[in-house]
Amino acid sequence: MKGTAAQATGRIEIDFERCKACELCVPACPKTCIEMGKGINRQGYAAAVFARPGDCTGCAICAEFCPDVCIRVWR
Amino acid sequence: MKGEARKKFTREVFSRPKSLVDVRTHFCPGCHHGIAHRILAESIDHFGIREKTIGVACVGCSVFLYDYIDVDVAEAPHGRAPAVATGVKRAQPDKFVFTYQGDGDLAAIGTSEIIHAANRGENITVLFINNTTYGMTGGQMAPTTMLGQKTSTSPYGREFRNDGYPIKMAELLATLEGTAYSARVATSTPGQIRKAKEAVRKAFEMQIREMGFSVVEFLSTCPTNWGMKPLDAQQRVLGEMSEYFPLGVYKERRQADFV
Repeated sequence: MKGTAAQATGRIEIDFERCKACELCVPACPKTCIEMGKGINRQGYAAAVFARPGDCTGCAICAEFCPDVCIRVWR
Repeated sequence: MKGEARKKFTREVFSRPKSLVDVRTHFCPGCHHGIAHRILAESIDHFGIREKTIGVACVGCSVFLYDYIDVDVAEAPHGRAPAVATGVKRAQPDKFVFTYQGDGDLAAIGTSEIIHAANRGENITVLFINNTTYGMTGGQMAPTTMLGQKTSTSPYGREFRNDGYPIKMAELLATLEGTAYSARVATSTPGQIRKAKEAVRKAFEMQIREMGFSVVEFLSTCPTNWGMKPLDAQQRVLGEMSEYFPLGVYKERRQADFV
């Protein structure tokens, strides 16, 4: 079931300019909230985007994986 | 809707550690150096020792440590970080001293320094990043390169008759009497990252309690020089590399019995 924003228990923020599009966060998310985006940042990478905020639980596994520490998590 | 969600979650549960400088790193996408840097910075914050920490960087991709970690850093010649750290620690025993070295640095040119620093039981902490290749110089064969791995200096794959076997530094250093703590960790699953943090904290604790030499080996990736996508490189660490380099704690001193 696709969650709505009301069901989410956390949120993340991905730094668009800092992301290097390594994709490590995409399979890391247990709820598959993160997708690779289309927009190209100043470094030339198609940064990851927080695609499904409704499912986010704020578990911070994506942030643990991010080698560039560009994910912040709130709960 | 978005504004509402933003207001709702206000407790920050994950953000950049204070000791990690807020700059873009030079690492390739998917390189685990970034994760190791973060774990290091988190551990420095955990013990609250930022003001009295001195790092020693070596040569390789880890050379820019001074740009990324917000502590004083000395730069050592290739492989000589444990020797420089020995000097720093002996001159200023109240400071916390760590070195951050790659496998080309620690296991090849700096083998002598690391073994003797460990054997003397120097009270320093060594973080060893093993990505089975020389990352910065273009992916040459290192002593830790896996058998059959193709690199720019072993284009047909590493072969034990010519090049010997990959060296297991965590086990080797654990056999020395001066070593207080030796562990091998990886950062390819959430559980491994948690264990890595634990290991680094233990290693820091060993130095703070003056138990002797502590080393933590990280199994890292080098997607660029392995010619793999970051996710495939992560799978290689979990499969082939973890099989040859078993993860775990190889030595942990309980009390300073060598004094």
